[in-house]
Amino acid sequence: MRREAVITGIGVVAPGATNATAFWDMLTAGRTATRGITLFDPTGYRSRIAAEVDFDPVALGLEHEQAERMDRYAQFAAVATAEALADSAVPLTDVSPWRVGVSMGTAVGATSQLDREYAVMSRGGADWVVDPGAAGPHLDLALSPSSLSGEIAERVGARGPVRTVSTGCTSGLDAVGYAAQAIEDDLADVVIAGAAESPISPIAMACFDAIRATSDTNDDPEHASRPFDRHRNGFVMGEGAAVLVLEEASAARRRGARLRCRVAGFANHGNAFHMTGLRREGSEMARAITTALDQARCPVTDVDYVNAHGSGTVQNDRHETDAVKRALGEHARRTPMTSIKSMVGHSLGAIGSIELAACVLAMDTGVVPPTANLTTPDPECDLDYVPVTARERRVDVVLSVGSGFGGFQSAVVLDRGSEVRS
Amino acid sequence: MNLVITGLGTVSPAGTGTHDYWAALVEGRSLIAPLSDFDTDGFPVRLGGRVRGFDPLDHLDGRYVVQTDAFTWFAMVAAEEALEDSGFDVTADPYATGVLICSGAGGAEFGQRELTALYGSGPSHVGPYQSIAWFYAASTGQVSIRNQLKGMCGVLVTDEPGMLDALGQAEQALRRGGSAMLVGASESAIGAPYSLACQAVSGTLTDGDDPESVYLPFTERTVGYVPAEGAAAALVEDQELARARGARVRAVVAGQASTFGSVGGHDPGGEGLLHAALGAMRRAGVTPDEVDVVFADALGMPKADADEAAALRQLFPGGVAVTAPKTGFGRAHAGAGALDVAAAVLSLEHQVIPPTPRVPDPPAGLDLVVRVARPARLRTALVLSRGMGGGNSAVVLTSPHHV
Repeated sequence: MRREAVITGIGVVAPGATNATAFWDMLTAGRTATRGITLFDPTGYRSRIAAEVDFDPVALGLEHEQAERMDRYAQFAAVATAEALADSAVPLTDVSPWRVGVSMGTAVGATSQLDREYAVMSRGGADWVVDPGAAGPHLDLALSPSSLSGEIAERVGARGPVRTVSTGCTSGLDAVGYAAQAIEDDLADVVIAGAAESPISPIAMACFDAIRATSDTNDDPEHASRPFDRHRNGFVMGEGAAVLVLEEASAARRRGARLRCRVAGFANHGNAFHMTGLRREGSEMARAITTALDQARCPVTDVDYVNAHGSGTVQNDRHETDAVKRALGEHARRTPMTSIKSMVGHSLGAIGSIELAACVLAMDTGVVPPTANLTTPDPECDLDYVPVTARERRVDVVLSVGSGFGGFQSAVVLDRGSEVRS
Repeated sequence: MNLVITGLGTVSPAGTGTHDYWAALVEGRSLIAPLSDFDTDGFPVRLGGRVRGFDPLDHLDGRYVVQTDAFTWFAMVAAEEALEDSGFDVTADPYATGVLICSGAGGAEFGQRELTALYGSGPSHVGPYQSIAWFYAASTGQVSIRNQLKGMCGVLVTDEPGMLDALGQAEQALRRGGSAMLVGASESAIGAPYSLACQAVSGTLTDGDDPESVYLPFTERTVGYVPAEGAAAALVEDQELARARGARVRAVVAGQASTFGSVGGHDPGGEGLLHAALGAMRRAGVTPDEVDVVFADALGMPKADADEAAALRQLFPGGVAVTAPKTGFGRAHAGAGALDVAAAVLSLEHQVIPPTPRVPDPPAGLDLVVRVARPARLRTALVLSRGMGGGNSAVVLTSPHHV
């Protein structure tokens, strides 16, 4: 019998909300969490706004020692993992640790920590040959984000396949897609999957300044992230994490778990075109969508909701609109497609998992979150983006798409198939 | 489904290309030297296995060179060798071939230059390529663009085991579509002070100055490893498709498995490595007595070496030939497993086990191949790897001529 992966729990740490309930209240109210940057002094930067998380790791359950050892992005992941495990109530002690895996995504890993420590070790950039004696005690783990998944594995006692996925801004979709594949291919029975990012640091903000990818609406941060709006001017940096508990469907059913949905399809493709540029017609993203729907055995007309990449750059919004039309045909016009980046910003590698958490909540509650700040639609973007106000709608099949630097185009299909629904 | 390797490429401290790599391995050449790119006085590590004499402009268009870090140059050059070697026509269908290049530290030297610009001169001095050169996905993206490959594109960051994990991931991807995957791993993080300093915090790098007396795994004299850089890439295909097109099969990827140990701990006790090896052999349908050679992880720390040796004795009660050719040039972090996979493929092809350079004698109870290469009948090789972040991985490769 074909093995399937189902989602049984979610946890979210997002700007404006450090748990899934608060996150969903915020999204369905159409509230934005973008503001002037407080995590560092942004004077002199072109973009001085971001969607920040108000986060106290110890208040949210981490030990001091853990908080000290982990960079902010891993702390987000640890807090979201605890919530997801509690939500799913998966009895991990009944599962062989060798059958529990972790699949976490991040685009830039511990960049914030590397940035901070470099400033110290180089004496403010004065010394190319840094002072190794000034290094913090865990800097070795910061160099590569492999430890993100490792930290989660240690917390949950996983000893199966543990992987960090780093495909830029599609990492959060790809990590969940790989997790589902690990279950389908009988490599694991439970996988803790998700993604985390804390990129609001001087070097990350400066590098997006340099290519003018981020919004400079510094005087009105709440309205700066405006996907599909003709007055958009780039994305607003975000941060956060989301974690999903994936289980093998029949085992989850046997233990009486609340099955939220299947991870029914996943595909990603390179566009083989440009590291940052997109070809307008979006054929690679369309292909990923079509493949993911084929895997899910879902006809395009079954798609109830499209969670857009919707970063709020001109090229993305038009590319994505065309890609979805190409893949879904006429059904694209009948299907709500929204970008929660309008509210929580673009947290690079994390956002794909945060968006999948939103998709699960949309199924749970029968509400589609809106695209905030969409008041003057771009005439080139002519789909139903659910502007400003959330909409009640039964959602059984969701398509979530992502697009990122490096040319990565990903699509995930979640399906509350009849069995899950009953 | 069995995967086969039909193309192979390396950039290593022995030079560019698998030909030079194998020549150095079989000779047991020691390629470790003082790191001379900057003054390492005061650094806790001063030796390394650098890729020397590598001019990216000899291999790559200038526009790629300016917008990428050395780790991406290595990946692109190794990928090109693997693609050419395979004879696989990637142009027939761009979606047929995917790319998965593992990364460890990302574009470390490029990143340090831009951090220097930021803190030395201000945010407006950070250049436009920082956003695409430093991040871990840079190599997969550029290899995909340069070769027009639109299949499944991925990036794993699992440190040393990256390539082994990538072979497993490629199998999963190809099960779902496409005909081939260009997989690899690349690292360049010892030429710039900052990434070297970061690595040194682990305390697992040697602080020795004499290239002849450092990184001696499985001996009592070992006090850590020598860091290195390099890349390896392989074109892997479905076995049936490869045979159908008449490809030269270099090795069969018969089984792979991954487990977790502990963050920064290199699998204390060796239980994770043991389970990974057992899983890979089970998936390959190979029994311990069919394994002819093990390419060991060989961390070079006494406890980790003892754990690995114990796992090997438990796996192979009847004994098995073990080698660690990486002692000749060092441990290339994310590139380490990839270079070991390449060494194992070449070893199966040549029916020769390369030695473990500089280790004078095999330790008690372990048939470590030392001093000189050992000709042997090699059907099956097991490659083992442990990662800094806690992952362990094992791959079973078999010779296509003995299947």
